Amino acid sequence: MNILTIQNLIVKRSGVTVLDISELNVEQGRILALIGPNGAGKSTLLLTMAGLLKPSQGEIYYRDMPVDSSVSRSHMRRSACVVFQEPLLLNTSVYKNVALGLKFRHLSNAEIKKNVEDALDYFGIRALAARSAKTLSGGEARRVSLARAFALKPQLILLDEAFNSLDPPTRAKLIDDLRHILEETKITAVLALHDREETLRLAQDVTVMAGGKIIQSGTTAQIFNEPKSEFVANFVGTETILEGTVQSSSEGLTEISVAGKIIEAVGDFLPGQNVYCCLRPENITVSPAMPGKISARNVFEAKIQKIVRQSFFYKIFLDCGFILVAYITVSSCEDLGLCEDSTVAVSFKATAVHVIWRERQDTDISAQRPVQG
Amino acid sequence: MELIIQGIIKAFELIISLDPEVMGITWLSLKISGTATFISLFIGVSIGTLVALSNFSGKRLIISLINTGMGLPPVVVGLFVTIMIWRSGPLGFLEILYTPYAMIIAQAIIATPIVMGISLASIQNLPPNLRLQILSLGASRLQMVWVLIKESKLPLLAAVMAGFGGVISEVGASIMVGGNIKGYSRVLTTATVMETGKGNFDIAIALGIILLILAFIVNLLLTQIQQRQHPR
Repeated sequence: MNILTIQNLIVKRSGVTVLDISELNVEQGRILALIGPNGAGKSTLLLTMAGLLKPSQGEIYYRDMPVDSSVSRSHMRRSACVVFQEPLLLNTSVYKNVALGLKFRHLSNAEIKKNVEDALDYFGIRALAARSAKTLSGGEARRVSLARAFALKPQLILLDEAFNSLDPPTRAKLIDDLRHILEETKITAVLALHDREETLRLAQDVTVMAGGKIIQSGTTAQIFNEPKSEFVANFVGTETILEGTVQSSSEGLTEISVAGKIIEAVGDFLPGQNVYCCLRPENITVSPAMPGKISARNVFEAKIQKIVRQSFFYKIFLDCGFILVAYITVSSCEDLGLCEDSTVAVSFKATAVHVIWRERQDTDISAQRPVQG
Repeated sequence: MELIIQGIIKAFELIISLDPEVMGITWLSLKISGTATFISLFIGVSIGTLVALSNFSGKRLIISLINTGMGLPPVVVGLFVTIMIWRSGPLGFLEILYTPYAMIIAQAIIATPIVMGISLASIQNLPPNLRLQILSLGASRLQMVWVLIKESKLPLLAAVMAGFGGVISEVGASIMVGGNIKGYSRVLTTATVMETGKGNFDIAIALGIILLILAFIVNLLLTQIQQRQHPR
């Protein structure tokens, strides 16, 4: 079921069209990432979804009800909540900041207290409750601003580059926590992101935007593996992304099942955890026959599906149960006599596999908490 | 030189002994200027906030007018108010010329643009997305405006101080519409003008010192407020 449906939407600002979207669906309970360069219209789209911006044209349906009047827009505004890039805290205590939206709804003090404390616990900032917002660090302020939105238990949460200008460790911790919170609360989320790793870690679906238009929409794996255009490919990078599940893990070596095959990777993960295996095309080696002894932990038999000539090398699509992409120089390709439909051996090192945990498992294994990898 | 030293000594005697006339003048000054500032606070903050939050053509013109009003010459205000409440003037029936009420009106007219200008600027200085963030948290328009006003309470307090500082030290309008009537509409500034004219430097110096002390307190509070930092 779609929580939000957008059709033929046009948003103009001072006469200029900044958003022109023919169709976009946000599915209930999923996490959608909006990615694209600056000025792509991500923020404008979020404001429109939040009911804060009146579109010039087009239809928006919130839970299949048209949003076409100030009453319905106001209802949508109260069901969704935006969190902006900057924390925008008020000059008062952390507790009062988090309580703000609940106060607007005239809840009783007991209800406010419970919701605020739950939200503070989610983000691990209960100890900060009495602190003045102006004494917080950047990361703490960001958590307070997220807690303020989650305290409302909104139907839809919209985050506008909520991790900007945080140092890398603070950012990574916040992303992990946010993913757990989204898993636990099952709140539908739309996130404007511009970092591919953030996107892989958090999003299930991705919409690529540029110039106020949607360039491509799909699941995260689809967008990363099958970019429809050069633009999308440049934006999401060239890595092959494989969905897998951890089978076993010991002494820093993890076996991940991908399409019935086992890929070995470096790192410690919990069995049953869903992950992405990311492989750079330049790390894939192709040989005409299965090698004898080799240091690479991953060797597969593969069929060459397609060979595409790039400027200085060939881009080769290999089918080994899952699809891998390899870059092979022109001379190697000619020496080996590679051609489409021929069978070859493919190898890559366990250290070449970049493992990223996937957010919110499709199968319910919530009992198994992921550990740091 | 002796004139000055004598004057200063006498002035301190008057202040320390809480001379009834000097204290009466001081108290009346505080009452009139305080009331005028209070009135300007309501009008200034509400119109200032309204202008800051709304978008209309000619907004810049309005803002320029308000900013010009921040430097309104008191004698012009005095002249305008005198004409309005002159016996044959449009508001002559009120019969308030040469009363403290007339002084309150004149001082409120002087203070209002100051409060309005500062509150307008302070609301406009809030982060542009703060308004949207508050609305997105579920606020009604009224709740949003109230949160914004509370959020800029420090600059608004500064506005009040600036307004009060402006009117308590103002002489032109007060003397024109108040008439400097002893025990009725005589305030610190008008009394200082008169006593200086009469050559009573001791009283004039005493009044001047009190005025300076009041101005100092106002500025001290202002500085305290302005030195505070803002949250992220």
